[in-house]
Amino acid sequence: MKASLGRIGAMMTRYTYLYLVSPIRILELVYWPTFNMLIWGFMQEYLNAATHPAVFAASYLVAAVLLWDVLFRSQLGLTLGFVEEMWARNLGHLAVSPLRPLEFVGALIATSLVRTLVGVGGAGFLATLFFGFNALELGVGLALFFLNLVIMGWGVGLVVCAILLRYGLAAEALAWGALFVLQPLCGVFYPVSILPDWLEPIARALPATHVFEGMRTVVQDGRLDTGLLAQAFLLNIPYALAGLAAFLGSYAVARRRGLLMSTGE
Amino acid sequence: MTSAPAAVEARNLSKEFDGRTVVDRISFTVPRGTTFGLLGANGAGKTTTILMLLGLLRPDSGEARVLGHDMERDRFRALQRANFSSPYVSLPHRLTARQNLTVYGRLYGVAGVRRRIEQIARELRIEDLLDRPVGQMSAGQKTRVGIGKVLLNNPEVLFLDEPTASLSPESATWLRSFLGRYRDSTRATIVLASHNMPEVEAMCDNVAFLQQGRLLEQGAPSELIRRHGKQTLEQVFLEVAEAAIDQRRGPGVEA
Repeated sequence: MKASLGRIGAMMTRYTYLYLVSPIRILELVYWPTFNMLIWGFMQEYLNAATHPAVFAASYLVAAVLLWDVLFRSQLGLTLGFVEEMWARNLGHLAVSPLRPLEFVGALIATSLVRTLVGVGGAGFLATLFFGFNALELGVGLALFFLNLVIMGWGVGLVVCAILLRYGLAAEALAWGALFVLQPLCGVFYPVSILPDWLEPIARALPATHVFEGMRTVVQDGRLDTGLLAQAFLLNIPYALAGLAAFLGSYAVARRRGLLMSTGE
Repeated sequence: MTSAPAAVEARNLSKEFDGRTVVDRISFTVPRGTTFGLLGANGAGKTTTILMLLGLLRPDSGEARVLGHDMERDRFRALQRANFSSPYVSLPHRLTARQNLTVYGRLYGVAGVRRRIEQIARELRIEDLLDRPVGQMSAGQKTRVGIGKVLLNNPEVLFLDEPTASLSPESATWLRSFLGRYRDSTRATIVLASHNMPEVEAMCDNVAFLQQGRLLEQGAPSELIRRHGKQTLEQVFLEVAEAAIDQRRGPGVEA
């Protein structure tokens, strides 16, 4: 166990070094979450002035965009760690080291968590300064929403890594774009009830949908709907397991086809 | 009393890619403390064999064992005590040599990584390279840093893919002698792939000739030279390779 944590720590050291040798990368962590939040924050201000308060809760859009960024950054953080190894043609070296695939996944998850906290945390702080939005007002729900979103982000991220292992860097765009396929379905900015009837069951099969529904309940009614959270947690279990199975399965195929040493630019 | 298992064993290893056989039922044993060379032209199957021995590539059939561990079921125990380097797969370019060695030192659970890196840098004469990004190094410098990574965990088995391919003649000679000293002082085993016959003749206790994935002949270089009545290992290899080609063509077919 200690050795295992040591190897996960070694990989986190590797990703930390990447920021030390290129400090400009830290900017990338906070740049998009911040500007995303600012755009939607100003939109929120405008809507608050133009519509009746009953129609639109005061911090609804800012909360939505910050939580969406938690989901997106957790997926991106995990996938980019993996893509970094492909760019560096380092997968072969890692595969002949004592690093187990599950430890590699552990390191990617831990790094993704740090990246998400830095990126979204910075944007959340600015949301307080600019728009008076206090994420802590979401109460205990904030931690539970966050946890559900990062788990789903990791599940999707692992599936993307599995595809990258299979198809190489030709599939690199998926690292940035995969989750946007799900964004219209998750009900980030609107209730899923406005979706066409045939899309609603698909939307409700996504853990994030229940988180965003839950977020709206807290912001509008000040009430934490534990039923929605429970559904999100229950759905996340198969999502996370499927992501892990996809990654490990793809890793095994890569070993059979000799892709680990040849992967790279 | 049971004797220690061989350092490396290949038993009927085979591998196909897209219906083309690249390694065909290869078997050999490498005793501990010896140097074994896989010889052959480009595409002979040397690197594929090494990758299967390391567990990086799964054989279609056969078995690879390193330090007694089955590389299909139990490879991480062996990988902890082995290491690998290839001039064709350098360490990540953005990180400095020291940062790369620190990461790999920690992956291998090396105690006192910082001290170990300094020690290796002195031995390999790469102190001046330690704080330079790997991407800013020449091919030869990357190879030397790669060898530094190989030595980090004091491996009992070193897998080296063409270890001197990108080095100047004097650096190559120095590295060969360094690896020989390392092996003698630690009783480590070295498995190397090369098409540099003089190098293999100088370094290896035993060699295996590969051609189109098949193991044509194996033995000690001096024994092979004597058996074939030749002056050098290169002459032996050419004779064995030509005989294999003739055999494949069949009787009565002119070249």
